[in-house]
Amino acid sequence: MILNASGCLDALVAPKVARSLDVFVAKTVTPEPRSGNQQPRLAEADFGLLNSIGLQNPGLEAFCAEVLPRLEELEMPFWVSVGGSNAADYAQVCERIGERESVSALEINLSCPNVDPAAAGAAEIVAACRAVSGKPLYAKLSAQLPDIDEVATSVIEAGASGLSLVNSLRGLVLDEWTLEPRLGRAVGGYSGAALRPVALAAVYLCYAATKGTVPIVGMGGVQNGKQALDLIAAGASAVALGSVLFTDLEAPERVRTELYEEARARGFERPLEARGAAHQPSAD
Amino acid sequence: MAAPRRTSSRVTGSEKIGLYTLLRLERAGLETGLPGQFFMLDVPGHIMPRPFSICLAEKGELAFLINPVGPATRLLCELERGQKIGLFGPLGNGFRTDVKRPLLVGGGIGIAPFPYAAQAMGNPPVVLGFRTARQAEAAKLIPKAEVCIEPQLVTELIPGGPVDVLACGPEPMLRAVHALVSDAQLAWEAPMACGYGACYGCVVEFEGKSRRLCVEGPVLNGRPSVLPLIDDEEEEAKG
Repeated sequence: MILNASGCLDALVAPKVARSLDVFVAKTVTPEPRSGNQQPRLAEADFGLLNSIGLQNPGLEAFCAEVLPRLEELEMPFWVSVGGSNAADYAQVCERIGERESVSALEINLSCPNVDPAAAGAAEIVAACRAVSGKPLYAKLSAQLPDIDEVATSVIEAGASGLSLVNSLRGLVLDEWTLEPRLGRAVGGYSGAALRPVALAAVYLCYAATKGTVPIVGMGGVQNGKQALDLIAAGASAVALGSVLFTDLEAPERVRTELYEEARARGFERPLEARGAAHQPSAD
Repeated sequence: MAAPRRTSSRVTGSEKIGLYTLLRLERAGLETGLPGQFFMLDVPGHIMPRPFSICLAEKGELAFLINPVGPATRLLCELERGQKIGLFGPLGNGFRTDVKRPLLVGGGIGIAPFPYAAQAMGNPPVVLGFRTARQAEAAKLIPKAEVCIEPQLVTELIPGGPVDVLACGPEPMLRAVHALVSDAQLAWEAPMACGYGACYGCVVEFEGKSRRLCVEGPVLNGRPSVLPLIDDEEEEAKG
């Protein structure tokens, strides 16, 4: 299953790209509108991209009135990413959006590097969301958590149905002459190829901690089918594409095709047969 | 409006014009786009493509005026005839060119979209402002333009009375033009990763609203947005 990483595609601008995914994940919605961070918001970094968007979104009311109906018109499965600054914020968005039959799942964004973190712990936020919604809830965690496997266990115990791993990491790029930060907010979210081993480790650890019992969306720097297969072998049950979508509009179909080929080349009829393969060393 | 396409194109020429470089590429079957629209150009060895407005569209070519401000733009300025690079476009919303009393107002590298616009509009009046005489060499791309160099500001060349301004330049210049001519069409610039509304990197605040320059601009107050941009084939054909 190929998804997009939340915030890396607008289905309303590029429905053709969105339809080439198995599920579209909408950009994070917060209770109130957010205009996002100051310019510059983007800078190229070694091996990746630095962004400082700041969860720009129209807010819950406008999302429900203007965006959701148009997403529904696309007649494709979609999830909505949910944000906030405390557990009540997250619960408010989950309750309202969770009422819509069209929304297949909610992704709880517990890890945006470009906004001040919520005061509550991850498990508390997930529990508040679970209390108001029966939808599948995916907790999106940061690989910067030193104890990501423990946090993964705690959010599952609190009611999360699955995990989304990982968000971008904090990074900084300086101007070559002034030596000042290139981004308006100085530190941003670092994504791209450099994230791959980081994401693999997070997926590997969380799959082991949850004993392979929950779905995991793996993401971080995936650009081809082999890299998607690696995430599946580490424990992902689905793979999301992020910054590759900025330059390759055909990435979903290409990565899907390559993923099947790479799986077959290793004796797996379907890619998901390789799930967790990294945890089962072969006998020889 | 033409649907954007991605393709690979060969460099047909590269010409220094003062501080800037005019990079000429084969059109390679791409639509030329409207004045004020832009293309994303891939940069060899770099992850992020860079957006450039169409500077000239002649004889099966597309030409882009590039200011070498960083490693990626320097590389683009050093490309040689025959080398291939990827490009994606045309993107964004261009200028409304069917105005009654046109005046093109450019600042610095903001001259970039105006050679093409001036041709398309039958050579309307053009005023250009630059920081230095070296930068101002780019004015030769629009032979009849009126040119000033700091400390004189290009806004001082905008005549009083009714005029339909099409402006491109740095943000302080655009805000000054907007203060003088409230309905001016303003072409903005910001870093972009995608060029098609996906990344939200190019958002600027204008008239109290956050606007994604790639899909709601780069020309604000210009032509209206046409969305969705990338839809199924049959709908593309309609566009």
